[in-house]
Amino acid sequence: MPSLKTLRNRIASVKATQKITKAMQMVAASKLRRAQVAAEAARPYAVRMGAVLSNLASTLGGADGAPALLAGTGKDQVHLLLVCTADRGLCGAFNSSIARLARDHAQRLMADGKEVKILCVGKKGYDILRRLFPRQILDVFELRSIKQIGFVNADEIGQRVLSLYADGQFDVCTLFFAEFKSVITQVPTARRLIPAEVGGEAAAAGGAGYEYEPGEEAILADLLPRNVSVQIFRALLENVASEQGAKMSAMDNATRNAGEMIRRYTLQYNRSRQAQITKELIEIISGAEAL
Amino acid sequence: MAEPFQFELVSPEKLLMSDVVDQVVVPGSEGYFTVLKGHAPTMSTMRPGVLEVNQSGGTLRIFVRGGFADVTPAGLTVLAEQAVPVEDIDDQLLAGEVKNAEEDVADAKDPERKAAAELKLNQLREVQAILAR
Repeated sequence: MPSLKTLRNRIASVKATQKITKAMQMVAASKLRRAQVAAEAARPYAVRMGAVLSNLASTLGGADGAPALLAGTGKDQVHLLLVCTADRGLCGAFNSSIARLARDHAQRLMADGKEVKILCVGKKGYDILRRLFPRQILDVFELRSIKQIGFVNADEIGQRVLSLYADGQFDVCTLFFAEFKSVITQVPTARRLIPAEVGGEAAAAGGAGYEYEPGEEAILADLLPRNVSVQIFRALLENVASEQGAKMSAMDNATRNAGEMIRRYTLQYNRSRQAQITKELIEIISGAEAL
Repeated sequence: MAEPFQFELVSPEKLLMSDVVDQVVVPGSEGYFTVLKGHAPTMSTMRPGVLEVNQSGGTLRIFVRGGFADVTPAGLTVLAEQAVPVEDIDDQLLAGEVKNAEEDVADAKDPERKAAAELKLNQLREVQAILAR
């Protein structure tokens, strides 16, 4: 049975923790709002880019001259996994669920005899994956110092991926991130980045009668690398929103658990205090009776 | 008086402008072109340059750095990698861009890349000249 003083100290320390988790939850909530606005603001560009791209791809589709970014290298041997996670922990299963998806994917590929290379964005994913795949990780990007992710940050990663592709370092690139569904659900997602995934037949109708300046192929060659950066940018924004959502619900849970803990300790504290008083009374009374 | 049409300017970060305008001059990579209502559907990449938007309220000049313009029967959509109103551009920013481009030219290894870098440098210098006026 812990003494009264230890219980008092314990209650105080849990209260302090609760204050911290509460504050973190509120910070996450306000950051989440901002991240959601940013993700929504970026949507029109990505949507239009996708529409234009599928338009072009459907007119050029299947042609021999299609650029490598669209048609692929024709091989399926070396896979690059671009794993986007957060730089900070304390956000529930957010980081580990993305890392787990990437790990399963990598192990499946390796079992098939393919070569796997990994590029990490965010420190936490790197921490998890480097234990499993110490030799496969090429590099890690940290975005910790950046307050608001801008397109330039995504472009930097995109350029790196493209230069690796141009050097023939990999054949297929897959992007891993958490898609933001709502505050409580974030779905870890894998999306193929290279060769580009194009939205099929739906867009084929609008392609006719367009004038292209310069030629269609030149535009496509300009567009595809940009599309890579845009996709990464979008994934990063979704990730930030997901991270804050996950953090918010994790911290909400923590705050509630701390409250429950305080309640239990307070009960125990009061019980033992009363028990002590009763004990003292009994001692006094029995002492008086003995006289 | 030109008939108004729908114009949208989008950067990767956000939708910058969505408005009804009279006329837009686009810095296409093959040369500047003007879009009015009923322009034939066109898709063009853009060079770094100044986008001129004529509206009933006056003329807006916006510096764009690369991207592309999409003219559809419904209107004009400009997807710009970067877009800054001309009034907000300081010379230093542009000078920095020019310096970057100069370094690219110096660093380029194969002739193809060198040509691309030089083209970009020239286009930037052109913008500088326009803005200096």
